[in-house]
Parts: sequence; C-alpha cells; structure tokens
Amino acid sequence: MSIEARNISKHFGTYTALAGVSLKVESGRLTALLGPSGSGKTTLLRIIAGLEFPDAAADPAAGRVLFHGEDVSQVPAGRRGVGFVFQHYALFKHMSVFDNIAFGLTVRPGRTRPARADITRRVNELLQLVQLDRYGRRLPDQLSGGQRQRVALARALAMQPKVLLLDEPFGALDAQVRKELRRWLRQLHEQLHVTTVFVTHDQEEALELADEVVVMNQARIEQVGDPQTVYDRPASPFVIEFLGNVNRLATGEGRLHAPGQDVLYVRPHDVDIQRGHVDGHAIRARVLHVFSASNYGRVSLARADTGEHIEAEVPRYHLHELDLKQGDEVSVVFRHVRLFPRGEFTEADVRNGQLAVTRPGYTPAHGAGENI
Amino acid sequence: MAGTVSTLAYVAKHRQRRSLGDPAWVRFGLIGVALLFAGLFLIVPLAAVFTEGFRNGVGAYFHAFADPDALAAIRLTFLAAGIAVPLNLVFGVAAAWAIAKFDFRGKALLISLIELPFAVSPVISGLIYVLLFGLQGWLGPYLGAGDHPWFGEWFNRQDIQIIFAVPGIVLATIFVTFPFVARELIPLMQAQGRDEELAAITLGANGWQTFSRVTVPNIKWGLFYGVVLCNARAMGEFGAVSVVSGHIRGETNTIPLHVEILYNEYNIQAAFAVASLLTLLALVTLVLKNLVEWRHRRIIEVAAAADIRQFTS
Repeated sequence: MSIEARNISKHFGTYTALAGVSLKVESGRLTALLGPSGSGKTTLLRIIAGLEFPDAAADPAAGRVLFHGEDVSQVPAGRRGVGFVFQHYALFKHMSVFDNIAFGLTVRPGRTRPARADITRRVNELLQLVQLDRYGRRLPDQLSGGQRQRVALARALAMQPKVLLLDEPFGALDAQVRKELRRWLRQLHEQLHVTTVFVTHDQEEALELADEVVVMNQARIEQVGDPQTVYDRPASPFVIEFLGNVNRLATGEGRLHAPGQDVLYVRPHDVDIQRGHVDGHAIRARVLHVFSASNYGRVSLARADTGEHIEAEVPRYHLHELDLKQGDEVSVVFRHVRLFPRGEFTEADVRNGQLAVTRPGYTPAHGAGENI
Repeated sequence: MAGTVSTLAYVAKHRQRRSLGDPAWVRFGLIGVALLFAGLFLIVPLAAVFTEGFRNGVGAYFHAFADPDALAAIRLTFLAAGIAVPLNLVFGVAAAWAIAKFDFRGKALLISLIELPFAVSPVISGLIYVLLFGLQGWLGPYLGAGDHPWFGEWFNRQDIQIIFAVPGIVLATIFVTFPFVARELIPLMQAQGRDEELAAITLGANGWQTFSRVTVPNIKWGLFYGVVLCNARAMGEFGAVSVVSGHIRGETNTIPLHVEILYNEYNIQAAFAVASLLTLLALVTLVLKNLVEWRHRRIIEVAAAADIRQFTS
C-alpha cells in the first residue's frame, strides 16, 4: 500500500510544525523520516496515522493523505488500517502481554470479530514472530525495554495493517539492544513486506535500516533518497551536516579557491594526510591531536594558513606509517568535497588532485576546476 | 607512627558515628512526642466515642438507633450520599477526563472552579443555596405555587420546596463533595497521558471501548479512593447541611445534625452512640483505603509469582 501526503501544513498555535510538505512512499518500502527534534517528522507520521489532522482539513484544497491513491484524510485513525507503534510503546499496563496483542482483534464489532480460538492462535503466532512466546502472561511492567518494543510491534501487527508506522522505535533503548532490534526489524520487514515508515533522529539508524531516507528540517523536507544518495549527494548544507561528521571550511583565498562558492564540506574519511610537501594541490596543516583508540584513527588538524579546524579519519595501518606527533606539519589532500554557494549547490570531486566542479550549466575553465 | 594511625582511625570512627545519627535521647524523645500526640488527639477521642456510647450498656446503645428520629436521620444521610456520590462520580470523571486529556480555553478556570467548594467555608456553601432558593432568594419566589408568566401551567401548580427540605440537603451535599473524585483523578490521568487511549483508537476501538477497557482500568483505584473519600464527606458533612436543613426532626435531620440535637439536649450517651456510627464509617473508609493499596501491590506480586512459576516449571 503506497502512502502519499500532499501539501500538508500543520500549526500548533503560532508554531509551524509542517509547512506544505509533500511525500510519496512506495508500497512495501521501509522509509525513515530523519531530522532533528522539532523538524516536524513525528507530526507528519501522526497525520499519516490519523492521530493529528492537517490545517483546514475540511477544505478540499488543503493537505491530503492518500493510501494507494485513495483519499483517507477524513477516515478516522481506527479505520485506516494503520499499525502505529508509539515512542514509549503505550502498552496497556493493566493487561497481560497476550491481552495487549489480542486487543485489536477483541474490540472488533461482533460480525467481524474472530472466534476466541482464532484470536488465541493468531496471538500465539505473533508472540512467536516477536520471539516472546513464553512471555504471554507477563504484565508490561515486567518486561525489558526491548521486549516492550516487540510487544507494541506485535500488537500493531495483529490487525494485519497495510501500513506500519513507528515513532522513534529505538529511542528509549540502550545502544546494544538498539543495534540488535534494528537488525531484527530489518529482517521482519523482509519477511512481511508491510509498507513501513519510521521516525528517527539518529542518522546512523536511518542510513542502516531504511530503503529510503526522508531528511526533514524546520517543518520542511530537505531531501528524499536512498541512503547512498543522501549520504554521497546531500542536497543542502543541512543534509551534509546532519548526516555524520563533516568539516566545514571557508573557500576563497589561497589554495581552496572555487569560483562562486562559499562553503566547502569534506567528510573526515575523505581527508588524506601525507608527510612532507606535496606538489601544488595540497594545503598545509599542523597536527593538534591523534586519537588512535578506535577502529579508525582520528587526527585533529589546524590549517596552517587560516587556522581552521579539520578532522581526518585515517585507517589505523596508515596512521602507523605516518607516525604523527602533536605539532607535526603535514600536507592534506581532499579526495571528495561538496561546495555550496548561497542558495544552490554544486558538486565537486577531486580527480588527480584537481578540484573538478560540476554543475548544470557550469563549465570549468580550461576543462578543469581550481587547484586545491 | 602506629600511634598516629590508630588515633586517626579512632577520630574517623568517632566522627562517623556522630554523623550517622542523632543521640538516643533525641530519637526516643521525638518518637515519644509523636506517639503522645497521636494518642492524645487520635486514639483517645476514638476510644471515648465508643466508651461513652456503651456507657449505659449494649441495650441503651442500640436503643439510640431505635428512635424513629434517629432512623429517619440515618435514612436521609444514606439518601443524600446515595444521590451525591454517583453524581459526583460522573461529574468528577467527566471533568478529570476533559482537563487531563484535552487542551481548551478556560482550562485553568475550570480547575479553580472544581476546587472552589474546598476553598469556601461549608457554612457559606449552605448560605449560597438559601440565597438562591430561599423564599427571599433569587429563585425562591418562582418555586412555590403561584402565577409566574414565564413558566408553564404545570410548573406553576407545583409547590417546590428546596430550602429546609430534602432537595436542599442533597444540593448542599453535592456542592461540598464535588471536588473529591475530580481531584483524585486529574493528577493521575495527567500523569498517564493520552498515548494508551490513542493506541486503543489506532487498534480500532470505539470511544466506549477505549473508555471502559483502557481508561477505567487505569484509573479504577484512584476512582475508588475518590469515591470512598467523597462518601465519607457526604455522610459526615455538617456545616452546609446545617444551614439548609432547618433541623426538622424526622424530616430534614442527617446523622451529624441528629448528634448535635441529642448533645444539646444533654442526651450524651445517645449522642455518642449515633456518633459512633460515623466513627465506624471513618474506620471502614480507612480499611478500604488500605485494602485498595494492598490489593494494588498484591496484583503485581501475584503476576510476578506466576511468572516465576512459568519459568521454573
């Protein structure tokens, strides 16, 4: 079941939660709504679920929510066929795990309610699916965070939803459980192929788990794309800064000159450090700190000409070869950079030490970009 | 060297003991004062009520209840509480629901209004009704039989008496006991938030199913506690009821008013015998309250025990 949100705006008093957002989610995909808190991602999810309504919902020109091309804007949450998992799970505290999962089936009106034996069978299947088959009689208070999360998921799946929506599904869990659950949820998605949208503020989670990532900021969508695309070809300075560590450097004078560009971004793993002088296209920097106690060696540098701070990630073996000490002067070469002028963006790769700026309608002079 | 170490150890030990607790005489003194106070102000009066009630033997004790006026007072008290408590149960749940689960203009005002009966002296609460429904009150003149152009013929034929009659007592009781249920529920429901209800709705439950299967089980002990307190106050209310009652024996006297009359007539033993009924009510209230708390703990323990059995078998 595909989901479409069309031109959704939402205000809470004077606060703008969503400003004319449109989004299409293909059927059977696992999509992440990624953004900092206050970006509107949870509001969008709740509007899709029918727990909130867009501004002026009665006006036909206003925001619409469509499931499989059908307008569900006026359909109440309970009849949208949506499974919703709340951030803090919202399990029914006074009911056993079994009764929690059975709830959606037992509240159905007489005609459509399954027989008691069928409900029991279905709940037991779900308990097995979420690997909690021995926990049916427990109360939610007696479960760990990860177990509660899985009960909430089973409860949502019990009504065989066409769409599964998860609000910060791993937000309240510790790091280890979070990783395991992430992997497990991915497997579950492969198994069930329910169209799934989840909200997260953790870029690593979004990039690792989702087929498609929707990056949101300040009530708007910044970029939609698969994890590879949003990471490698970020559409805006916000996206590149939000998705992982990045060095932000001013262009202009000296060797980092790119015509018409204001800001240069380079990921730490695209920063190459070399001993001694390298011809022409390298910049000089001084070593501030070397951190080697991780799977990548991290080096803090200061640009010799402007003093700007640069973080570099170097493979450990290479770090060993370099044998850097605090205060050493080194050459730094950027393998891949992103350049942003005011308002728009261009893309640049460093090929053979040349900064090749490519942009629609822009031809680098002499067939090559500026030297770095 | 060794001497220095042992001295230091001694000083450290000594200091530790000093900082751990107050001297024994302070501790026992405080406990003693607390016990003395509780005994003097709580236990002695409680015992006095029953000893005075039984002063002339069991026969005299029960004789106090055989009096038709006493029976009428008991009946009226149960009637007033029987009307006021269910109404305030419904009002309280509705008000707490609205305040805890929704945002609307004037919410702060509504909360203050609910608390109003606690802030106002009971005597004034009673007077409000006299001023409203009394013969010289705002609405009083329209209530008696007469020819009022605004109302229909049927209404004009009725001679409705509120003040110095049962309706006034019921109204005053409702007023003074209004906050109990709502006050018990509002913080509870606010703490619980709306997520469970929203979850029930996304799972397809309708409004009634959400309320009866999710909201009520979550608030039932708070609700029960609120009702117990509300009932205790409804039966024990003196001030407001006294103002609107008119003290007509056998007709508009409640238990507390009947006790007062007996006492004023120097019928001390009967006064204490009837008063012991209210004291019993207070004791039952306390027991129920503790039972509620104990049961709540027990549910969790039983569930935990069942759980352990499941894993060890």
